[in-house]
Amino acid sequence: MTGNDFPDIHETTLDTLKPGEKAKITKVRVKGSARRKLFDMGMVAGSEIELVRNAPLGDPMDYRIKGYHLSIRKEEARQIFIHKL
Amino acid sequence: MENREIKIALTGNPNVGKTTLFNALTGSKQHVGNWPGVTVEKKSGRVSYNGYDIEVIDLPGTYSLTAYSMDEIIARDFIIEEKPDIVIQVVDASNLERNLYLTTQLMELGSEILIVLNMCDIAEERGDRIYIDKMEELLATPVIKTVATRKKGICELLDKVIEEKEIEQYHGHEIGYGNEIEEKVLEIEKILSDDETRDKRYPLRWMSVRLLEGDTNVRRKIAGSPVYDRVTEILDSIDQDEYEAEIADKRYLAINTIFPQMCTRANDTLTKSDMIDRVLTNKYLGIPIFLALMWGAFELTFAFATPFMDMIDLSASWVSEYVSSSLEPSWLASLVGDGIIGGVGAVLVFVPNIFILFFLLSLLEGSGYLARAAFIMDKLMYKIGMHGKSFIPMLMGFGCNVPAIMAARSIEDEKDRLITILIVPFVSCGARLPIYVLFAGTFFGRQAGTVIFAMYILGIVIAVISAKLLRATVVKGKPAPFIMELPPYRVPTMKTSLIHMWDNGFMYIKKAGTIILVGVIVIWALASFPWGVTYGSENSYVGSLGHAVEPFMKPLGFDWKISVALIFGLVAKEVVVASMGVLYGAGDNSEALSERIMADPGITALNSLSLMAFSLLYMPCVATVGVIKKETGSWKWTLFAIIYGIAVAWITAFVIYQGGSLLGY
Repeated sequence: MTGNDFPDIHETTLDTLKPGEKAKITKVRVKGSARRKLFDMGMVAGSEIELVRNAPLGDPMDYRIKGYHLSIRKEEARQIFIHKL
Repeated sequence: MENREIKIALTGNPNVGKTTLFNALTGSKQHVGNWPGVTVEKKSGRVSYNGYDIEVIDLPGTYSLTAYSMDEIIARDFIIEEKPDIVIQVVDASNLERNLYLTTQLMELGSEILIVLNMCDIAEERGDRIYIDKMEELLATPVIKTVATRKKGICELLDKVIEEKEIEQYHGHEIGYGNEIEEKVLEIEKILSDDETRDKRYPLRWMSVRLLEGDTNVRRKIAGSPVYDRVTEILDSIDQDEYEAEIADKRYLAINTIFPQMCTRANDTLTKSDMIDRVLTNKYLGIPIFLALMWGAFELTFAFATPFMDMIDLSASWVSEYVSSSLEPSWLASLVGDGIIGGVGAVLVFVPNIFILFFLLSLLEGSGYLARAAFIMDKLMYKIGMHGKSFIPMLMGFGCNVPAIMAARSIEDEKDRLITILIVPFVSCGARLPIYVLFAGTFFGRQAGTVIFAMYILGIVIAVISAKLLRATVVKGKPAPFIMELPPYRVPTMKTSLIHMWDNGFMYIKKAGTIILVGVIVIWALASFPWGVTYGSENSYVGSLGHAVEPFMKPLGFDWKISVALIFGLVAKEVVVASMGVLYGAGDNSEALSERIMADPGITALNSLSLMAFSLLYMPCVATVGVIKKETGSWKWTLFAIIYGIAVAWITAFVIYQGGSLLGY
């Protein structure tokens, strides 16, 4: 519905973000109940997001979004598309 | 003059200080129970103020009302069906933007909203500025500032509630979803209004939007309606995933439009909480600190509880002895003494444990660390088919399975929670230790420590295998996605923790207690009848039962005496040792018992190993069975836990005994 479907060379997925890097969410491709939960938590297109750190064992991740900390697994982060800032 | 009644509902995101406000409002006049049909806590309380009787209902904390979890369905059904006079949303001032998402949904429900802006101190300390007047104007709702932990603003809140009730003026606010979606919303609204039999408490616009978002709960509500097919036709013609995304986008867009006018956020400076996190979730320090904290909490729970438990144990046995010697006839003395008082003792003995555990859990939760614990352990837990939040209940299981199963309440996903409840009983609790000490001490001498340690490992291995097995069979599917807020660290309030402790401790006594008592009386009856036999002797029903199950137990290396002891162990696993004492005529003297067991040719080192494994794994004690029933709300799963436990125990003991025999031990 956004209409903007030509390939974007700067587009990547959320799991590639490094600690301290910021990005803008472009699309959430997660399916099922997690999709709605992510929306509820503010993971919508246009939101700014920053990776704060990985958990000590590498996964899940601690992101800062809309002024608070949200943790999700890499598995979901791989299906969230971003534009690095 | 009669007091006027006002009904208010408290709602808000988790961790916004909702419970603290509820406690500040209602004081000690609270009632805690469960929502009908589910184990989600239902709290209500009353407050009398300026000639009004105000009933306060504390709804579960939710981020949204989109039917993601049971909590959300309960909250929204309550608001729609019970129509509280005013819905108070507690909003975390330091996390305004996301909190307002729930506000947009409450507005769509058509309820009268009042916003309580909590934790303003934290926001101000950070340098955020919130313009209350602007906020009231833009949201078209009254906004009251409070600091619930210091009871600030409570009277102003109550005054406002009464004022709003008296004017009964509805503040409406709608979010536009763009032409394409709005067209569909109108279309569905029109179709729904054709159904005269519909539940008119539900706002049409809200239902249409929910249906377009793919809300299965709302869809089920109209499943019987004559217009259902027409609605389905529209829903099938659209890409619901796209609509869902677009609707959420539009809500946040609406917030983004007004947000900068009512709040200026300080630049992203490092907060105190961020600095604490740098240490507590640090790559290298995170795990050692986590383990140390868990060990500390564990030690505190059981070290603090032990003297109280001993006291309860001692008084129970003292009262029971006194009753036994002073009551006539002797069967009545035995029923009251051995049965009821013994049973009440078995219930009460866990109370100190449960109270302390819930107090500590509440402190951990209130401080914000519980979320970090799940964050740190999730990867490991995910590998065995479980969720990060399952770790704490499993750890608590080493102390006592009963509070451990209750601690599983913090897991939202029903399947994740069920698996946790079903595997916790394999974690070796404190009550099983005396059994290991007796048998390992008797037969393994200097290797006793290693043998006992091996039992603990065996419990963990069985729990992990069971989790995998359950995931592959009866509780199919992957662990729920990990989408969790890491709330800012805060100093937990003592009052909230104490109330939390009291509520849960009391619930345990009330609910699990009845099942435990019944179980204990049944076992008493088995040990005392037929008429005239010595309590628990070979001639009693329990003795016959021991003989009856002997063929079934023989392949594991157990004779009737051990079988009887194991049946008694159902009350509480440490009772196995006590009943061995009775059966071997050694009473409470553990050295004498050890010698007599050693002298019994029927028990060898191999038998004892098989017995230890069996005691670890066979069905949970009655207290645990009681709490499994209470927490799952299902006899089917309770029965499953019992049968599965016995099967696993039997197979394991069989492998140990027969394997050992083959190897010539």
